[in-house]
Amino acid sequence: MNNILVFCEITEEQQIAEVSLELCSKARKLADSLSYRLDAIVIGNDIRNIEEQLYPYGVDSIFYLSDFRLSSYQTIPFFSIITKLISEETPDIVLFGATSVGRDIAPRVASYLRCGLTADCTNLEIGSHHDAKNNKTYDNILYQIRPAFGGNIIATIVSPETRPQMATVREGVMKKEVYNNNHKGNIITLDAEKYLNDNDFCIEILERHIEAQKINIKGAPIIVAGGYGIGSKENFALLHELAEVIGGEVGATRAAVDAGFTENERQIGQTGITVRPKLYIACGISGAVQHRAGMDQSAKIISINTDPNAPINAIADYTIIGDAMDIIPKMIKSYKENML
Amino acid sequence: MNNKDFRIVVLAKQVPDTHNVGKDAMKEDGTINRAALPAIFNPDDLKALEMALACKDAISCVSTDVSVKVTIVTMGPSRAAEIIRESMFRGADDGIVISDKRFAGSDTLATSYALSMAVKKLGKIDLVFAGHQAIDGDTAQVGPQVAEKLEMPQLTYAEELISLNKEEIVIKRRLERGVEIVKAQLPTLVTVHSNAYDCRPRRAERVIMYKKAQIEEWTADDINPDFERLGMNGSPTKVKSIENVVLTSKENKIINNNESEINELMKELITTHII
Repeated sequence: MNNILVFCEITEEQQIAEVSLELCSKARKLADSLSYRLDAIVIGNDIRNIEEQLYPYGVDSIFYLSDFRLSSYQTIPFFSIITKLISEETPDIVLFGATSVGRDIAPRVASYLRCGLTADCTNLEIGSHHDAKNNKTYDNILYQIRPAFGGNIIATIVSPETRPQMATVREGVMKKEVYNNNHKGNIITLDAEKYLNDNDFCIEILERHIEAQKINIKGAPIIVAGGYGIGSKENFALLHELAEVIGGEVGATRAAVDAGFTENERQIGQTGITVRPKLYIACGISGAVQHRAGMDQSAKIISINTDPNAPINAIADYTIIGDAMDIIPKMIKSYKENML
Repeated sequence: MNNKDFRIVVLAKQVPDTHNVGKDAMKEDGTINRAALPAIFNPDDLKALEMALACKDAISCVSTDVSVKVTIVTMGPSRAAEIIRESMFRGADDGIVISDKRFAGSDTLATSYALSMAVKKLGKIDLVFAGHQAIDGDTAQVGPQVAEKLEMPQLTYAEELISLNKEEIVIKRRLERGVEIVKAQLPTLVTVHSNAYDCRPRRAERVIMYKKAQIEEWTADDINPDFERLGMNGSPTKVKSIENVVLTSKENKIINNNESEINELMKELITTHII
């Protein structure tokens, strides 16, 4: 019960995924505050250099299972392995990345173990919980904090009675931080025979086409983001022009993506990507909490909005009141003149 | 039921339209005023309905002697029968609302338990469809959890039905960075991604036929549950606190929309090496 387990995802390049390292960084802090051990589970086929990748982030024990049939993720075998390991190691907390893999496996695991699971947390903390109904106080509980109900509220969720306490977290939400480059742990190799059943491989992957990520919003130092207020796909072109001139990428709100103004991969927010650029230019974005959850850690925020009372303005360093279609050309012109 | 029957279940939900939240959506005490929000058919569930109807077409088309039935199962208040009628207008055969005060306060675990017990009561099922996620929670948990409880494999993020026969299904899954084409033996549970085809529209003759259709309603007793696993009791997650979003205001500088003020801002950003 004195351990936290992080499910580590493997990328197409056979590396530990960024989101998993971010989770390890956060889990290490939680583990320190509780004096717990930090465990990681890695499942794949002949993954190299796991220890070098994980120990610096504070992992104490790596549970590693390698099998030739597991070179890409499949729900049922992963489910068998993870549920068996959890029943043996009885972690107090289990964390998954809120990726297409994590969001596929975590709910099935929680269902089997009959424990609580909170999706897409934007923060995790440790604290106590008092249950007024049975007048009982629970200490060292995981606070699973997330926007809820369309982002109109922020909810703190707890699962006081059941173990493990489980949560998923989107990539980029937690900060990847090296704990100690000299930190060492141990690796425990799991025997595939003991953790897998033959009928686990009931789904056949006929084809897989995974593309390299084309748009790199997460790594962009400057983001020019557009909301529904931009109005059209054509108007988004102006955002691309500004981004190109000042060396940034284009992001968007869910509303703008849903309206078809731009690609899915550009969506920033709770259900998209979380970014921390040094400059975030929010154009025609009102600032729903789900969107802000994905960008409010930006170093500088400029809001361009016709509405002086748009919620986004409250977190902006600068607000330019007016129509982005009118203001952006002025910014481009000014930049070009000043950079001559 | 004989083995010539092919039964498809669609798990659907009527949800408050959280994308159109008005000023009166929050009560003074910070809780949600559900009555002030319009109730809609959860968008992903409509896509799931379309894929289920496409499966019905696929089977009926090659095996004319097989009777294919698409049944909607929803948990909610009695008025959730509206989405079942809506589904029938578009091609579903029937549906059941499971409704009971004892379901109140269900999290995804308790919800998936109740839904799975209702599906089990229906007997032999070949395929279960569900929307990827509901807009009032965005958790995407209920589908995989029902699959686990029914001991079925799960195919999540389905974007397109590639092929189907009475034994197996092939679908295209939409992943973050690509697609995967997978084959599963039936029975299986499929969650449908928002990229999938839009649902076919209502058909006038079906609207006339089913406008006043009585929708079957089951209570908790009807699904023969372990009552400890329902509603609040069966929900491990508790809401400790909620807060309305309060924006912490930074020092906010207003720039007027004229060339000189914008120019000053750009200069400042350049000299401070931000751009």
